[in-house]
Amino acid sequence: MDSRQLAWLIRRHGIEMTHLSGGSHIGAIMSVADIIAVLYADILKYNPANPNWEERDRVIMSKGHAGAAVYAALAECGFFPVDELKSHYQNGSRLSGHVSHHVPGVDFSTGSLGHGLSAAAGMAYIAKKSRDESHCVYAVLGDGECNEGSVWEAALFANHFRLNNLVAIIDRNRMQSMDFGENTLELENFGDKWQAFGWNVIETNGNDHNELKLAFAVAEENRDKETHKPTVIIASTIKGYGVSFMQNDILWHYRFPHDGWEYDMAVTELHNNKPDGVTDPYTPDGILDPSIPDEADDVGNDHTFTRTWNTNYPEKMRRVEARSGSGEEVHEI
Amino acid sequence: MRNTFVKTLVGLAKNNKNIELVTGDLGFGVLKPYWEQCPDQFTNAGIAEQNMTTLAAGMAMEGKTVFTYSIGNFPTLRCLEQIRNDCAYHKADVKIVCVGGGFVYGSLGMSHQATEDLAILRALPDVVVMAPADFVEAEACTRALVGYKGTAYLRLGRGGEKRIHDRIDNFQIGKAIKVCEGERVAIFSTGAVFDEVSEANETLRSHGIQPAIYTFPTVKPIDEELIENVTREYEIIVTVEEHNIIGGFGSAIAEVMAEIKGNKSYLIRIGLNDVYGIRVGNQKYLRSVYGISADTIVSRIEEALDEA
Repeated sequence: MDSRQLAWLIRRHGIEMTHLSGGSHIGAIMSVADIIAVLYADILKYNPANPNWEERDRVIMSKGHAGAAVYAALAECGFFPVDELKSHYQNGSRLSGHVSHHVPGVDFSTGSLGHGLSAAAGMAYIAKKSRDESHCVYAVLGDGECNEGSVWEAALFANHFRLNNLVAIIDRNRMQSMDFGENTLELENFGDKWQAFGWNVIETNGNDHNELKLAFAVAEENRDKETHKPTVIIASTIKGYGVSFMQNDILWHYRFPHDGWEYDMAVTELHNNKPDGVTDPYTPDGILDPSIPDEADDVGNDHTFTRTWNTNYPEKMRRVEARSGSGEEVHEI
Repeated sequence: MRNTFVKTLVGLAKNNKNIELVTGDLGFGVLKPYWEQCPDQFTNAGIAEQNMTTLAAGMAMEGKTVFTYSIGNFPTLRCLEQIRNDCAYHKADVKIVCVGGGFVYGSLGMSHQATEDLAILRALPDVVVMAPADFVEAEACTRALVGYKGTAYLRLGRGGEKRIHDRIDNFQIGKAIKVCEGERVAIFSTGAVFDEVSEANETLRSHGIQPAIYTFPTVKPIDEELIENVTREYEIIVTVEEHNIIGGFGSAIAEVMAEIKGNKSYLIRIGLNDVYGIRVGNQKYLRSVYGISADTIVSRIEEALDEA
């Protein structure tokens, strides 16, 4: 399976899993889908028959709330039956909303933001200490997650100990749980911040598979550089990517695709962009006669918290304007 | 319960400009009435709980009554030293609010299950610990905490808890509330798990067993006087909490009971048996899996009475 096929399946599973469970975070699952797909289809070394194979690349999904994307990739790559994905969130399931290491193929549980890079640094550090060059360590973070100070503590450590076997990938979707990042805690000049912490910085389009593959190739070259610095790939993405009405709309951080037009339109749009050679396990022929939203439905509206937070604080607190449903990657400040 | 908290705080904050609410980037929808009605007393500090908590301490040192807000373990365990050194030690007027005590966010996984918070917060000097059982208690706790100067922890359920009290007369921090009288067995409960106690009570009464029931909206300071009085009257004391049995509410009761001279009653603690919630599921399901459901409460009490 190629990375585009896998990315499509991750998105399709993500829609189904959140639809069935009433689960949150579909926006993040959609933004990170291409990063996860390229990792599992082209970059990572693993063996589904032996999930604990010592030479496997380690991968930590630090933004654990998008765990459905990882579960979907693991199932499609043979770590457990695809059918189990439907148990996400359900009573007695092992597929918790946030990534769990009780699932085969998952190296580390997450769910509280700002832990994953430290754990990845610990794994990379031991590989360096034991001169074990058999594998690399990858950590996938959110940009909102980089509000957490612990991320920057790990960044300092990883540079100081020259962990050139560590690659951090940041799903830079520019949104967090209530608003755009720049309306919450500005990260401005994000790449410069990582550079100032000593890292190799690659900035790329995280929804473009060719660009992602190129970025991983550069990260591999960086490993052989004499400086021995760790590498961060800042992958610009769009929250909700792949379903127009979810894109850049903060509503879809928590909302799940309900029965009716939400589910129908999401599935239909995915089917309109389905790569060859992929079978949809849920609605193989798409949805015939899908429901569509009417004027009363809440589509394309701005749901950010700063839209209705009218403070008299003597500084401007709304730095970017949201364009809900848009595919824009960069928001003018 | 969380909506009652927000509604109550909005009412209080409108008349008290010293009240501030700081969120760790959570409360989309839930906190909307607050930031719309009290925009100049609201701050989103981002996903950075350590900074949020000491920021609140700093604001409190300048005379504010600051509520910090997040879910699960994020406003507590994530920033424990900030609570200890910067809030409690300075007697800073910071109220730490957690939405989702126990298994409220059970399906989201272990990271989101707050099942050691009462024990850990209770161990800190100068921290009041409260866990209301219904929205009436939630409102009373919120009002009482605004009137209390110092550091406190408020553990909330998510909502939908059954109403227990019509009203609470003379609500005080540190005082338990009698729900009903009984014979031989007294159940002490804290927090939203009361729903299970209430269901167990119905079953027990249909079996001819009449437990006395008390809720403890305050876990610290614990109501020692009431515990001593009830311990004298009843053979079996049962504590129920959506929390590890180590260090939490049941432990607080045990500490008091163990030091009562000539105490003849004995204690059954119902809670998680010192494990993390590996299993996934909704709150009701996880209560059942980890032995804090109505059924377990009934069977533990019936077994104890059979043996007595």
